[in-house]
Amino acid sequence: MIRADHIQFSRGGRRLLDAVSLAVEPQKMTVIIGPNGAGKSTLLKLLSGEIRPDSGRVSVDGRDIGSLSARELAERRAVLPQSLMLSFPFTALEVVRMGAIAYGSLDPSRDARMALARVGLAGFEARSYQALSGGEQQRVQFARVLAQAPSAIESGRPRALFLDEPTSSLDIGHQIAVLEIARDFARAGGAVLAILHDLNLAAEFADHLVVLHRGQVAASGGARETLTDAVISRVYGISGAVGRIPGDLPFVLPQARTC
Amino acid sequence: MSVDVLPAPVVRQTGDRSSRARLVIGLLGVCFVFSILLSLATGPTGVGLGDLLAWITGRAETMALQDRVILESVRIPRTLLGLLAGAGLAVSGAMMQGLFRNPLADPGIVGVTSGAALAAVIAIVLGGSVLSPVAALLGPWFLPLFAFVGGLINTLLLYAIATEKGETSTTMLVLAGIAIGALTGAATGLLVFWADDRALRDITFWSLGSLGGATYAKILSVLPFIAVVLALVPFLARGLDALILGDAAAFHMGVPVQRLKRIAILAVAAACGATVAAVGSIGFVGIVVPHLLRLVMGPSHRYLLPGSALGGAALLVAADSVARTIVSPAELPIGIVTALIGTPVFLFLLLGRGSGLNFRSLS
Repeated sequence: MIRADHIQFSRGGRRLLDAVSLAVEPQKMTVIIGPNGAGKSTLLKLLSGEIRPDSGRVSVDGRDIGSLSARELAERRAVLPQSLMLSFPFTALEVVRMGAIAYGSLDPSRDARMALARVGLAGFEARSYQALSGGEQQRVQFARVLAQAPSAIESGRPRALFLDEPTSSLDIGHQIAVLEIARDFARAGGAVLAILHDLNLAAEFADHLVVLHRGQVAASGGARETLTDAVISRVYGISGAVGRIPGDLPFVLPQARTC
Repeated sequence: MSVDVLPAPVVRQTGDRSSRARLVIGLLGVCFVFSILLSLATGPTGVGLGDLLAWITGRAETMALQDRVILESVRIPRTLLGLLAGAGLAVSGAMMQGLFRNPLADPGIVGVTSGAALAAVIAIVLGGSVLSPVAALLGPWFLPLFAFVGGLINTLLLYAIATEKGETSTTMLVLAGIAIGALTGAATGLLVFWADDRALRDITFWSLGSLGGATYAKILSVLPFIAVVLALVPFLARGLDALILGDAAAFHMGVPVQRLKRIAILAVAAACGATVAAVGSIGFVGIVVPHLLRLVMGPSHRYLLPGSALGGAALLVAADSVARTIVSPAELPIGIVTALIGTPVFLFLLLGRGSGLNFRSLS
């Protein structure tokens, strides 16, 4: 539904993305992995319409992304940024309610409460966002994103979730909880695009894995094909770290590296 | 699993400050009415509440002619102008703080007011000579339009200097504001040298800030600016809320960020410029009113902006009532009164939990 074709993007004389093509498809959880500075967040910004590629094309349902208004884009995808600081003392509920209002909810407060409950933050409604821990803030933002896209399919059209490192501040339990919600969203017919750093979570949750390296797609496909010793050693510079659990699912154990 | 995780939602209001905000707005409405009555019924002359009641109930003919004139051509225009100016100052302050995502962004503190003042002084000094054709063309809107453009230039300048990639640093905002304010202040000082006696008197009256000399003509020259800005409030509120999460997040939620910012900058300059043109520089209303309201009702602009309009109007009119009675028959410049009320509140807010930077818990 949202695709990038051969996009190129440079800033300050540095080529951040080079001939990248990627499709975010319904019923799929697409995960982008790659080392720091590989261009993951830039790619997410291009796909969400925040910035425009220097060349190549980003399209939404076949239409050029530049021809859609902010409003139309917000009806098709919701975006979780890495972290957000607020300079005004909103409550958790008021932050999530903005997502529900963006969705066009008839009862934004009620829907915001439901979204907070979905991420396990029932009871946090009246807490000041600024006083929450980093992980709690991240989950509040995730709830805001869910409030903007409460169901995977809306009047016959799938919606997309873009998640930029949704688990970066979370403990292991909440990492899995958040990714399970994302996967359920994909199972229900929506599209999910997530940037992850944890390769094992990526291997477990990705239907489609994209390995980004120096602005280019180094590998793309299922976890079995992409998370190989060859790819990991080329991209991350550690070799011999990939093992296989029964069922052929790869896992990455950096302690097992050979170099 | 999809949406329906929760069964029938439990009815609770925690975290939702809407009903409290509506209550506060209701109370502000009461204050608004009382401030009008106070302003109409107080003054150095003997016209009091009894006369006001007689006038309101249509028994104006029972009043002494002199009292009637005082009420109709002095106090009523003065009160109306105070309401407009107070609403304009507070709303432009609240909008600017939302736009800059910073609770310290007050048009008076960051140099927007001084830009409007410079342009207004240009209009006063040169209105009789070089600019007289322009003055004749624009009529009563000459001064407010000039002040609007002056305020707009400084707002744009401030935005260009203090904002990088949509993020405004407090330090840059305040320092750039001080620099811009100093520069425009210096230019104003230069112009004063060229001013003749009449212009000088106008400028002096004005730099102190006063609601004296209110006329219906003056009210009409300000009214369109303030009315347009107040009419924009419902359309800007949601976007300004979203903008507090950042430019990117606001865009993700469907807010046309660039357009919103352009309109908000125009609105701030219009409200602030028109007010400065009519009543001079009156400080602290634009920062104190929104600050206090955020404390009691939260920062959502849906309630903050109308609340600021009501609260600013009531505060300025009440402050004016104090200003013209406390040293009667002389009159205190209203800027002194608002500064006396405003600065302690401002400092308290800075040091206390109201700065918005070190909040613990709410509700």
